[in-house]
Order: sequence, then C-alpha cells, then structure tokens
Amino acid sequence: MEKIIMGKAFVLGNNIDTDQIIPAEHLVYSLTDEEESKKYGHFALSSVPINESGLPNGGIPFIEGDNYTSEFNIIIGGSNFGCGSSREHAPFALMKAGVKAVIAESYARIFYRNSVDGGFVVPYEAGKINDRIKTGDELEINLENNTLKNLTTGEQFNLKPLGDVLPIIENGGLFEYARKTGMISF
Amino acid sequence: MGMTITEKILAKASGRDKVTPGENIWLNVDVLMTHDVCGPPTIGIWKKEFGEKAKIWDKEKLVIFPDHYIFTANKHANRNVDILRDFAKEYQVDNYYDVGTERYKGVCHIALAEEGYNLPGTVLFGTDSHTCTSGAFGMFATGVGNTDAAFILGTGKIWEKVPESMKFTFHGKLPEYLTAKDLILQILGDITTDGATYRAMEFDGEAVFDLSMNERMTLTNMAIEAGGMNGIIAADAVTEAYVKERSAKPFEIFNSDKEAKYFSKYEYNVNDLEPLVAKPHSPDNRDKVRNVQGTKLTKCYIGSCTGGKLTDFQLAAPILFLGQEVKVPTFVVPASTEIAKQLEIETYKGISLKQIFENAGCFIAQSSCAACLGGPDDTVGRSIDHDVVISTTNRNFPGRMGSKKSSVYLASPLTVAASAVTGVITDPRDML
Ligand code: SF4
Repeated sequence: MEKIIMGKAFVLGNNIDTDQIIPAEHLVYSLTDEEESKKYGHFALSSVPINESGLPNGGIPFIEGDNYTSEFNIIIGGSNFGCGSSREHAPFALMKAGVKAVIAESYARIFYRNSVDGGFVVPYEAGKINDRIKTGDELEINLENNTLKNLTTGEQFNLKPLGDVLPIIENGGLFEYARKTGMISF
Repeated sequence: MGMTITEKILAKASGRDKVTPGENIWLNVDVLMTHDVCGPPTIGIWKKEFGEKAKIWDKEKLVIFPDHYIFTANKHANRNVDILRDFAKEYQVDNYYDVGTERYKGVCHIALAEEGYNLPGTVLFGTDSHTCTSGAFGMFATGVGNTDAAFILGTGKIWEKVPESMKFTFHGKLPEYLTAKDLILQILGDITTDGATYRAMEFDGEAVFDLSMNERMTLTNMAIEAGGMNGIIAADAVTEAYVKERSAKPFEIFNSDKEAKYFSKYEYNVNDLEPLVAKPHSPDNRDKVRNVQGTKLTKCYIGSCTGGKLTDFQLAAPILFLGQEVKVPTFVVPASTEIAKQLEIETYKGISLKQIFENAGCFIAQSSCAACLGGPDDTVGRSIDHDVVISTTNRNFPGRMGSKKSSVYLASPLTVAASAVTGVITDPRDML
C-alpha cells in the first residue's frame, strides 16, 4: 500500500448517496470487462446536482466531457457519505475515475465496507473539513501518521486512524487479507 | 448484563455466549441472497478469487431472484439475467427464480418472506441495502456489497461489527389513517438519514405487534434509510403463523432482555401522530401531509418492497374505489407475482382489487422493482423531466426514480391513493 497519496481535491457536501455516485441506470455494465468497465469512471458522480458539484462554488463536473477519468483524485465529503444502496459499483466507479481516497466526516456502513473489502479507495474519516478545502486544492495524505496536508494553503488536518480495518486495507482487500491470515487457503 | 435480540442472534451465529457492541466478529451465514444487479459481479469476483475450484459453500443457502431490471429491452440488463441463468444451471442452484418461468417471483425482499427463507433467529446477508426488510421476522438481516457476498459464497462466513441497538416503541392502537409507513417516516424525521449508522433499530410496542407481517416489513425495510445496519422486530405468534405456513425448517425465537443496553430509546403514542410525507430529496425531509397538501402532482406510484405489498393495495383500494378515477397517471406495481395474483382474488365490496385499480384508470405493471430505482429508459413509471411524483417507495434522492430534475414525495399507500384521485397531495383523512 502506498504510504503517501497526493492529488487534487474534489469537494462535496453531506449525504452523497450511491445514486449520485453512480446512477442506477448505469449498473448494467460489466465490472470485469476492461473496456466496458471504464464507463463506470465516466459516469462517476454524474448525478450530483451541478450546483453542489465541486464546492465551495459548485458547477464543476467531476468528469470532463467524454473522459473516463477525473483530474481530481481525492474526494472530500461531508457526513453520511455513500448512503443508500449496497452497490459496490459506487466505490468501484470512484476508483475507475482515478480516485485514491475519500475523506469524509462519516460514512454509510455498506459504502465503507465495500471500499475496504473490495480494496477500491481508502475511506478516511475526519471532522468537518469540507468547508476548509476548495475543489482543486493540492492535497497530500500520509497514511503512516494519519494526516492530511493542504499544500495549497499549508493547512494540516488529523485523520481518524483506520483502526480495525487497516490490515484489510493494507492487504488490498478482504480476500488478500483472508489469505494472508490463513482464513482461506488458495 | 442483558443482551438485545440482535446481540443474541449474532452471538449464536458466531458461536459465542456473548457479544459486545463494537467488536468485530465472524459470523456463519444462514442465507445469502442476490439479484440481477449485484449477482453477476458477485459471481465474477467469486470465480476470480476462488479460481478453477470455486465451490458454493452451501447451495441450499444461496437464493437468487432476478427482480431489478427485468422488463426492459436494455441488452446489458438482459445479459445480467443470462449470467444468473447460466450460473444457476452450471452450479445447479435450485433456489433460482428465473424470469419468464412459473417460478418468477419479483422483488427479492418480499419473495424471501413468501418463499419461507425468513426464519426467526437466523442470519441473512443480501447484496441489497434493503435486505434489512427480513428483520421483521426476528432475524438478523443486512446488506453487503459484491466482494463481501463473493466471500460468503465461497466460505459461508463474513465479518461484522456488533452494532449498538436503538429502540423505538410505539404505544397505542394505530388509527385507520396511519400506516407503518407513517411510523417509519416519523422516525426518519427525528433521527435523520445517518441517525442509526452502524446500529440496530429495534421496533417494539403494541402498535408494532398489532401489525401484519407485511406492515412490519415496511418498518424494517426503511431502517437503512436511517443508515441502520439492521431493523428488527421480535418474532411472536403472528410471525410464527406466517413462517410455519411457508417453511418446515426449525427456528429459534429470541427476545431482548429487560436489562439489555440501548444506545438510545424513543417512545411514541401513535394517537399523537399524523399522516406524513418525506419531501424531495431525502427520506428524512419529513413533513405533515397537511403542510404540503395541494402540491400539484404529475404521477403517482404504488409499488416496491416498501409499498407494493398486499396490505398496501388493500389500504389504497377503498380510496380509489370511492374516488372513482385517478387525475394523474398512477402506477400500481405489485412487488411479487404472488401479490399480483392476490390482487385478482382479494375483493373490496365484492370487486377485486385489480378491477378497482383498473376501473380507476391505474396502470398495473408486472412485478419487479420497476421505477423504484429509475432503471433503464424503458422502465415502467420512471420519472421524466420535471415530474412531481408521490410514491410509496423508500428513497427520493436526486434521480432515484429516473429524472434528476424530478421531485419525489414519499408517503403511505393511503396518502398516495388519496392524492391520485385529486391530482394534488391530499391528506387521507379527507377521504376516509
Ligand atoms: S423495490 Fe426498490 S428498494 Fe426494493 S429492492 Fe427493488 S429497487 Fe430496491
């Protein structure tokens, strides 16, 4: 696992649900076919109302035009990030779009589990910080000492240690973790 | 110290005498349920991770219901059902309910109940957030993603954090203008969409135990709308009667201890409550129907695992019968094929419910999730443009029922029926 994640921030509000992350009509695409699964990246965050997309000012599409990936690869969310359905397509779509980590005030349970167990994005919790970071700010996450640095403003934040799920994240997902710990043998 | 019903079931499933909220435990799963949206990727991960020798841990415990994107020309959606069909054939999964056959059931959570998979005291995981619906049967049921489901498919095990419990007690006798939907909307407004995140929501009180299994399922169904890990109602004689009619399997009934510890407790007297809606765009954006009455509608929708059960239609039919004709397009979507059949058999004033809906000008759709989650463009009842919809479903997030520009109000089947015959949001008390 990388110990440092660097990237541009994309800032969102509270209650970003899974329908906003990946609208239900797109769930028909294959997640395993390399070519087809790129569509998940293309449609990531496409149902976020445009005035709330890319805070503080909004109006910034997460994905430009026909692109499959985003120039923003760290999501800064508010509370209850990923609420709604159980679709693993949600953290998968963020990963396909190039997102490495999400930092939110809190998460819905299934989204959090899916992020961890599928090894898609690192879901960090912090206090309320989505009003102190602007979309486009250059960020640096240090997974070793659980800090977030805003390189654009110089401000530093503490992140909540990943705790119980850290070994799963470090191994890259539930299956790798289970192999490593001898729970499954293949 | 005592334990809650959820803690007792989790203790049993993890082979312990006792569990404590906050600890991570490994559970033995009794049933794994999946459907056409999450089944194919689950199977994909399972094959990739377990390789050539991939084996289903216990075929009897795997249940597959195609239900989400069924009646559509969308080729990718149809391919998903093909994947399930091939998988069921290759691995001889008996509990597969294929579309286009007599066995086709419709919405998974209702089908689980009808087909006797819901058993008190057991542990059920499903690749759908509303798997919490099954908690109405005094069991632990919750949703997971594809990776977790693939892990269960191969091992029969999964980790879970033991939740703290919240208790919601409804005292009194439910007045005729209120339904389980109003009770859960009341709670959602009080605790908001993350008020129960990582927690169990236990429902209690005379008003709850007076409810039919169908109505109890409406309460537990929307536990996830508060972020709840599971919703649960202790099994009683009503539960036992329902289960024994549908399953010969043994089960165990658990009850919370008097001294069990709760994160919080809420008490309501149902006589103090009123018909409610959740306004756009969140299930916790609660208001009294009275405060939004007169809002002009373009569509009404009675369906889904929340509001497409037989009792929902039994509640709606008398109002549509009296109101004669709907003023805006109104969709009736029985959650399961069994319910669709019951609509032909059950009567009100000597007329079948189906006939009442037809006479009122409703469009009766085939059983499936339909427009509850928007779905492909050709989905029946899907919201378009600036539609203003009142619906018995469970979510009104932006774009949930189709168009991002549409506005969806969530309400009880009584309120939706009353609104359908006037074309504006209407308090059912004005019709009863
Ligand atoms: S009816 Fe709606 S909420 Fe229920 S399983 Fe289907 S899509 Fe999900």
